[in-house]
Amino acid sequence: MRPELDLISEWIRPGARVLDLGCGDGALLAYLHTHRQVNGYGLEIDSTNLVQCIRAGVNVIHADLEAGLADFGDSSFDYVIMTQTLQAVKHTEALLDEMLRVGRQGIVTFPNFGFWRCRLQIALHGLMPVVKTLPYHWYDTPNVHLFTLRDFEELCRRKRIDILQRMVLDHAHQPRPWPHWWPNLLGEIALYRLGRA
Amino acid sequence: MLPNFPPDSVGLVTPQTAPFTEPLALDCGRILHGYDLVYETYGTLNADRSNAVLICHALSGDHHVAGYHEDADLNKPGWWDNGIGPGKPMDTREFFVVCCNNLGGCKGSTGPTAINPDTRKPYGPDFPIVTVRDWVLSQARLADRLGIQQWAAVIGGSLGGMQAMQWAIAFPERVRHALVIAAAPRLSAMNIAFNEVARQAILSDPDFHHGHYYDFGVVPRRGLMLARMLGHITYLSEEGMRAKFGRELREGKPNFNFDTEFEVESYLRHQGHAFVDRFDANTYLLITKTLDYFDPAADFDNDLSAAFHRALARFLVISFTSDWRFAPARSREIVRALVRAGREVSYAEVPSQYGHDAFLMPIPLYHDILRDYLARVAREVNAHAA
Repeated sequence: MRPELDLISEWIRPGARVLDLGCGDGALLAYLHTHRQVNGYGLEIDSTNLVQCIRAGVNVIHADLEAGLADFGDSSFDYVIMTQTLQAVKHTEALLDEMLRVGRQGIVTFPNFGFWRCRLQIALHGLMPVVKTLPYHWYDTPNVHLFTLRDFEELCRRKRIDILQRMVLDHAHQPRPWPHWWPNLLGEIALYRLGRA
Repeated sequence: MLPNFPPDSVGLVTPQTAPFTEPLALDCGRILHGYDLVYETYGTLNADRSNAVLICHALSGDHHVAGYHEDADLNKPGWWDNGIGPGKPMDTREFFVVCCNNLGGCKGSTGPTAINPDTRKPYGPDFPIVTVRDWVLSQARLADRLGIQQWAAVIGGSLGGMQAMQWAIAFPERVRHALVIAAAPRLSAMNIAFNEVARQAILSDPDFHHGHYYDFGVVPRRGLMLARMLGHITYLSEEGMRAKFGRELREGKPNFNFDTEFEVESYLRHQGHAFVDRFDANTYLLITKTLDYFDPAADFDNDLSAAFHRALARFLVISFTSDWRFAPARSREIVRALVRAGREVSYAEVPSQYGHDAFLMPIPLYHDILRDYLARVAREVNAHAA
């Protein structure tokens, strides 16, 4: 995970106010606190993760993202971050809207369903793909919306969301040169920095 | 012969009394010219006096929060004994734990049952109604007396959580961490309504004698018992009551009379009876008003986040799913205001069927959260001290 934390942290202004949606064990916030001196909160629904965050000294707020971010004011954070979470929420569009209401900028990472291995597994075997970044079977996956880079960028265009920056990584979260030749085919993980047009 | 106490108990404890002669100007405009605070401490205060933790008690609590009194029942340790002791979430190997009986109480601190020096009779109903702010002021004087400039943490459930909030607002530099458990930023109209019915039960008892019942050698037993029974219903949850009592009939069949038939009736009557023997009706009346008046946002244009703006403490806010007296939504109001004020806060909503009473239960997730949070506080304090 380190490289992804590193890449996200490069996008964050030191001392910023950050909200991390689905913050897991708080690793990103702890990292940003150390390296970018951010003030932040994580939102997390799982109680095991919650205890991990508290153990790590990360500010964590028990919350269900599907209920929206009504407790947070407009533009009350510099960045609202959602790593590997967007594909697992039901109200994708509403959450993107909420993200860019509460945050001046949004940072999103997700597994790219357009990765060539996914395409190949469907095309050749006719099976739902199981790859390193999407390691679940169709019947036990927490993901409810799978999408590709192009799908996401199309949604952003339709919703008039500005894509300020994009990076594509391999499954080890390393930025490699080759995905940039053909991101939607060669990228396994996508990182986006978003703003409101 | 001392009995063998459990190894994770603070063991035998003795309350102490701190007399104060400096007058205390109360919110109600009256002045208390002298008063005593009874308190207990567990653990050892470290050299730089930085490991002190204040526990604030709720409506019916007192200073006896952990361990055993010499003459008391071994089955009845202090009211939060499951949380405080060596190796427990509030670890007395790390912290110096302090808890006092609040002003207006009936367990030794000056309150309605104490002798009014002006009349040489118990204060009774003449004891001034004190507020959470008054309590915190008096607790601050106790901290001064003990040489504690800053609490590592102020911790409280329910009304105790309100004191923790008030501490962080009134004395920002004196609180490192505030743990606000099963609390609310102020009472709702429904909360006040329940308190009012409880008060009316006491006030309308013929033995109440306008609060001067001590003079008549009686206590308003029926009123206080009803008040406690009503209170108890609000401390439980419907699912918890269903699980604990169901509709069980004590004799297995209906008797078609008004005796105690259902288990839940028996439980409530027992709780009511037991309470009358250990609590004072004037104190009960007084503290329900203390609850009703608590509203830290009132001084800040009803903006709770403005009240928290001055706080410096880190907050841990905890609520319980089945608590309808101070429901999770009330705790979220506190969290929302803290986030808006830019304060550091963590919040957990613990699944439980114990209702409001959950804050006194050793629920594993709840105690894990307390333990892990306070372990960090201890490390922070030790790093400072080193």
